[in-house]
Amino acid sequence: MLSIQNLHVSIEGKPILKGISLEVKPGEIHAIMGPNGSGKSTLATVLAGRDLFEVTEGKITYMGKDLTEMAPEDRAREGIFLGFQYPVEIPGVSIVNFMKTAVNEQRKYRGKEPLSASDFLKFMREKKDLVEFDSQLTNRSVNEGFSGGEKKKNEIFQMAMLNPRLSILDETDSGLDIDALRIVARGVNKLRSKDNATIVITHYQRLLDYIIPDYVHVLYDGKIVRSSGKELAMELEEKGYDWIRQEYAGNGR
Amino acid sequence: MEKEQDKLLREVTSGEYKYGFYTDIEMDTIPPGLSEEVIRKISLLKGEPGFMLDFRLKAFRHWQKMKMPGWAHLKIPEIDFNSIIYYAAPRKKKSPSNLDEVDPELLETFNKLGIPLDEQKRLTGVAVDAVMDSVSVKTTFRETLAELGIIFCSFSDAVREHPDLVKKYMGSVVPYTDNFFAALNSAVFSDGSFCYIPKGVRCPMELSTYFRINASNTGQFERTLIVAEEDSYVSYLEGCTAPMRDENQLHAAIVEIVAMKGAEVKYSTVQNWYPGDKLGRGGIYNFVTKRGICRGERAKISWTQVETGSAITWKYPSCILQGDYSVGEFYSVAVTNNFQQADTGTKMIHIGKNTKSTVVSKGISAGKSNNSYRGLVKVLKNAQNARNFSQCDSLLLGDRCGAHTFPHLEVDNQSAIVEHEATTSRIGEDQIFYCNQRGISTEDAIGLIVNGYVREVINKLPMEFAVEAQKLLQISLEGSVG
Ligand SMILES: Nc1ncnc2c1ncn2[C@@H]1O[C@H](COP(=O)(O)OP(=O)(O)OP(=O)(O)O)[C@@H](O)[C@H]1O
Ligand SMILES: [Mg+2]
Repeated sequence: MLSIQNLHVSIEGKPILKGISLEVKPGEIHAIMGPNGSGKSTLATVLAGRDLFEVTEGKITYMGKDLTEMAPEDRAREGIFLGFQYPVEIPGVSIVNFMKTAVNEQRKYRGKEPLSASDFLKFMREKKDLVEFDSQLTNRSVNEGFSGGEKKKNEIFQMAMLNPRLSILDETDSGLDIDALRIVARGVNKLRSKDNATIVITHYQRLLDYIIPDYVHVLYDGKIVRSSGKELAMELEEKGYDWIRQEYAGNGR
Repeated sequence: MEKEQDKLLREVTSGEYKYGFYTDIEMDTIPPGLSEEVIRKISLLKGEPGFMLDFRLKAFRHWQKMKMPGWAHLKIPEIDFNSIIYYAAPRKKKSPSNLDEVDPELLETFNKLGIPLDEQKRLTGVAVDAVMDSVSVKTTFRETLAELGIIFCSFSDAVREHPDLVKKYMGSVVPYTDNFFAALNSAVFSDGSFCYIPKGVRCPMELSTYFRINASNTGQFERTLIVAEEDSYVSYLEGCTAPMRDENQLHAAIVEIVAMKGAEVKYSTVQNWYPGDKLGRGGIYNFVTKRGICRGERAKISWTQVETGSAITWKYPSCILQGDYSVGEFYSVAVTNNFQQADTGTKMIHIGKNTKSTVVSKGISAGKSNNSYRGLVKVLKNAQNARNFSQCDSLLLGDRCGAHTFPHLEVDNQSAIVEHEATTSRIGEDQIFYCNQRGISTEDAIGLIVNGYVREVINKLPMEFAVEAQKLLQISLEGSVG
């Protein structure tokens, strides 16, 4: 589904990602961990198509297409979803209106008729229930005045509405209380299928107790320095990143 | 950062003006220039009674002593008042009493603008006075309205047919001494609309005037006078467009509203004069004086404006709240893009007791434009318990445009409650990207955000025009952010 080969990315001439390769197949869950500033969000954002970042080398293919040439809205319509680490507030635009536009744009792209107002509301109610999203929130402006946790839940709600093929969840777990964490994880698991894949970026192995990954990757200084099964997350939780840092520094010399 | 911003801006600023065509039509014109002689000629051509010529000449002599106002936050190039044509009228035999007598070219022009003058084809419930350059070409539904005692006609017809009403109210709200452009208008105005709603009558349809500048080199100077007798109601709408030209053209209008005891007048404007091109060439200079007076108790005047056009906009629709418990409202959306400049706002003058005013102003600036809100809330000594609430918001697209707020308060009564709130926000790349990531294109994202931002004002427009206004906003901002 997604194939990243030797990806190099810079911002304002400063290299951030320094040769990342990653294969994601349908049905898989990949976890990406790594210290602050290692480039996790950069990777997620580049996949979503933000042109602030410059791809200087390497290739990204998604569903057989060259992703780097595709506009961000088209990537979204092709089924890529990014759950933002810092969801943006859009004052004056209600979630209902926002999601109606998003859903119908996706339908248009796929050659389907737009949903009628009543069908849309029904669809929205279903998804809201599925991910246990607070009804009161959908009438408010997108993320405006939302608490940190509410913003994250809103990301999962939008993910449910758009039913993506590839979801990238950038620290969706941070800022969530225990109950909310469970709710979010339950949502992700319910939306899981053999046809879609998920990349979860997290600092805490706790989330991975609920969303069980097939692979865990450690991103360090713009490179994937280690990939392994779920047990790697445990190891990191226990030991922190120092040993990776040392190992990496050693290898580097 | 920089790069993306630039791209956004380039895209937004590529919107196109739909009404830029020109109609080739036979015209009667007075050669360019301004003098007593020209004014006498205008008055003669219009067959006016003596009191009108006197009014014009007094205004002209006063204007000659005045200077262009310099206080607005605008860069106004020098205007050569002697190079302007003050009278240009589509040639016609006489005032058309039915459609067959109107030049088909003219009908076609208004059809193209989406303003069919054929009563059968009109949106039901809207009567139109269509003004092209210096004269009114047709007023629809005159007879239907006359049955209720409502007078709705061109200003010229009103001067001829209802001289007493014109004499009584013209200049009573905006005297010719008011300001430079009001004096100029009073001297040379050539037509406009007149509307009179008798006591206790609720006007059953929207009344509207559609202004079109067509001829080149020509200024448009029109006046509108609305008189609402006790306990009457009328909703009035004004729209305007002009051809695309490299030269600037002057539009200096006056609107006067008189609302008696218990009367309500709602005045809405969708201003879409040609704004000039992307490089700032051409466009209309729009200098307008609009003012209403609530003469009696519980009278209400409400201004709603959506200003998207003009190279320069200078207008401050105002309310004089004389009657006790009278109410004034001002709802405004002003959009500037490319090199457009707008200095607009309102004055609320509280004279009567328990008078109330509300001001909601939403400025949107993009490109290299400048957008200013200028407001005055004045509470006089006897205006016991006066209340004002003002909300002035600015929305910026990109970082090369400017937004400014100049709120002035003059409160001479201790019991008054005056509140002012202001916000400035920017449509950020991160908001746009967030929308993109959900499959929403940049254009649609701006549309969503802008429509959300202006909703409170758009909701005040008559239904038929709210949709138009929304589309217009989107078009004027096309290309402004990523
Ligand atoms: N817009 C930007 N301008 C300049 N530098 C940036 C920008 N965005 C990211 N960076 C830099 O790129 C590096 C990687 O940042 P990124 O946000 O990808 O880290 P992260 O792994 O997600 O960290 P965290 O765990 O704190 O979320 C950091 O050094 C950061 O300062
Ligand atoms: Mg991050």
